[in-house]
Amino acid sequence: MSKAILGRKLGMTQIFTEDGQVVPVTVVESSKNVVIQNKTIENDGYNAVQLGFGDIKEIKVTKPMKGHFAKAGIAPVKFIREMRLADASEYKAGDTIGVDIFSAGELVDVTGTSKGKGFAGSIKRHNFACGPMGHGSKSHREPGSTGAMISGHGGRVLKGKKLPGHMGSEQVTVQRLSVVKVDAERNLLLIKGAIPGPKKSFVVIKNTVKPGKN
Amino acid sequence: MNIIQVLEQEQLRSDIPVFAPGDTVRVHVKVVEGTRERVQMFEGVVIGRQGTGVRETFMVRRVSYGVGVERTFPVHSPRLEKIDVVRRGIVRRAKLYYLRNLTGKAARIREKR
Repeated sequence: MSKAILGRKLGMTQIFTEDGQVVPVTVVESSKNVVIQNKTIENDGYNAVQLGFGDIKEIKVTKPMKGHFAKAGIAPVKFIREMRLADASEYKAGDTIGVDIFSAGELVDVTGTSKGKGFAGSIKRHNFACGPMGHGSKSHREPGSTGAMISGHGGRVLKGKKLPGHMGSEQVTVQRLSVVKVDAERNLLLIKGAIPGPKKSFVVIKNTVKPGKN
Repeated sequence: MNIIQVLEQEQLRSDIPVFAPGDTVRVHVKVVEGTRERVQMFEGVVIGRQGTGVRETFMVRRVSYGVGVERTFPVHSPRLEKIDVVRRGIVRRAKLYYLRNLTGKAARIREKR
């Protein structure tokens, strides 16, 4: 991994390619990515770059974070992530990174926080099958049997059994999405396909860990 | 206007004539045959328009050799060289799906004068 940028998902649309194909794209805004800190092996035990993105109200910044931003000499930012970049030492605190580090056709992995679904049943959460809707059946959306009463592990439900529970609002990465267009003027990245999370949510875009063949 | 709307606005074509369901249009479509590109015509009745902005599409129906053929085109597609409006029709529906069940004289559409 050598390149990464933070952004905000703006929503989806479609664009026409030159030969008339319609491509579904997600628009990601990624302006003013700043380097807050450069972590080194000597100081921190590992190499990384701390990136920040997004405006934040002054009143919402805590005192310790204010000091952290002041040290880098930058305005406070909302979304901060550390990136283990290959050439981490080349970045200095206060540097800005733009969308132009990516070019059209490149493959990227996009990490975001998925939309929260609340307490979801096993059908929605784990793709279980529905029970019969008629013929006297009352087991419409039930999870079904949770295990046999056999000796050995009988009498209890095994750990990890897929059951209803909270769904969504978790970190999701979608790999190998191609960059359709880079708009450096407006700081936009157009990425083919859908990416996790609702509109206005923060995402991390890295170049893919599975380059393979294009 | 948000950025998504701006991006969509940029792709809109300004050379598309005004046409509505019931009109007969001749659509000039660019097709690629091997390495050569040529323009193919598709003439028929517009039986509906769907969507807004850059996502808008229209459906054209024609009967060729006794078989009904319907094609859907994106209005703002770069594959469309041009659209000629041949005839303007008077219809009282936005979607003319009833034409599929009609043939011959019954499938005629009154012309707007």
